[in-house]
Amino acid sequence: MDAKTISIIAAALAVSIGSIAPALGEGRSVAAAMDAIARQPEAAGTIARTLFVGLAMIETMAIYCLVIALMLLFANPYV
Amino acid sequence: MTQPSPLSSPALLHLGSLPITAPVILTWAIMTVLALGSWVLTRRPSTQLSRSQVLLELLVTGMADQIKQITRKDPLPVLPLLATLFLFLLAANVSGLVPGLQAPTGRLETPAALALIVFGAVHYFGVRARGLLGYLASFAKPKLIMLPLNLLSEITRTFSLMVRLFGNVMSGEFLIALVLALAGLLVPIPLMALELLIGSVQAYIFSVLATVFIGAAASSLE
Repeated sequence: MDAKTISIIAAALAVSIGSIAPALGEGRSVAAAMDAIARQPEAAGTIARTLFVGLAMIETMAIYCLVIALMLLFANPYV
Repeated sequence: MTQPSPLSSPALLHLGSLPITAPVILTWAIMTVLALGSWVLTRRPSTQLSRSQVLLELLVTGMADQIKQITRKDPLPVLPLLATLFLFLLAANVSGLVPGLQAPTGRLETPAALALIVFGAVHYFGVRARGLLGYLASFAKPKLIMLPLNLLSEITRTFSLMVRLFGNVMSGEFLIALVLALAGLLVPIPLMALELLIGSVQAYIFSVLATVFIGAAASSLE
């Protein structure tokens, strides 16, 4: 198992494991936003805006994993 | 990989010893179109509203209202920077869908440059609102123990702005190219629609986060 093989496996693991938790978190946040909009339809604009910003912050975790995977595949300093 | 790396862009031409890559050329093209278009559309404003003037006023007042809602202060000083950021990002992210072009924000340099601009703007507006000593002192609020954390958060906030924009746009492009190579010509069309949505949302997110950071730095509440 040379560094190249390990890097490929690590890249796959990084993205697959790293996107479980953000996906769950985003599901919960959208559900909470739906609840809030249902309870107060006139605040739907503010709630939707805050939801999008929150989703972007959560999504960033998955993007970090993607960047590590990309670095392993394309800019790997050990291979 | 059979495809070129998404982290590098080959130089298309050289200005002296400076390599000019495709994203740079496309960025200049977008800048020219936006600047010339704005100049042409705002040459003769009048109270007899034409359609383009109504559209522009809608756009500008809409953005000014959003900024005002977030910063709770007069939006005019920050409006040029943030509105230009939003419009440029919208144009840049969507330009990747034009066949033959690749989005300049899909390469690491453009998001890095924009994140650095936001970094500089946060400090500029913070110093302008609070004075140099007041702004520096705000890093030690609410307790002195927060000083290293606040300094670290400056760096990580800027880094995450860059990575978020780059990751979203690049992965969309990459996916479309991959599906195109594997499945056929018309298969990526739903992915392109998703890319349109994601590009617009990321442009909005980048601008909103920049607004929040500038508002936090310039607020005199804490």
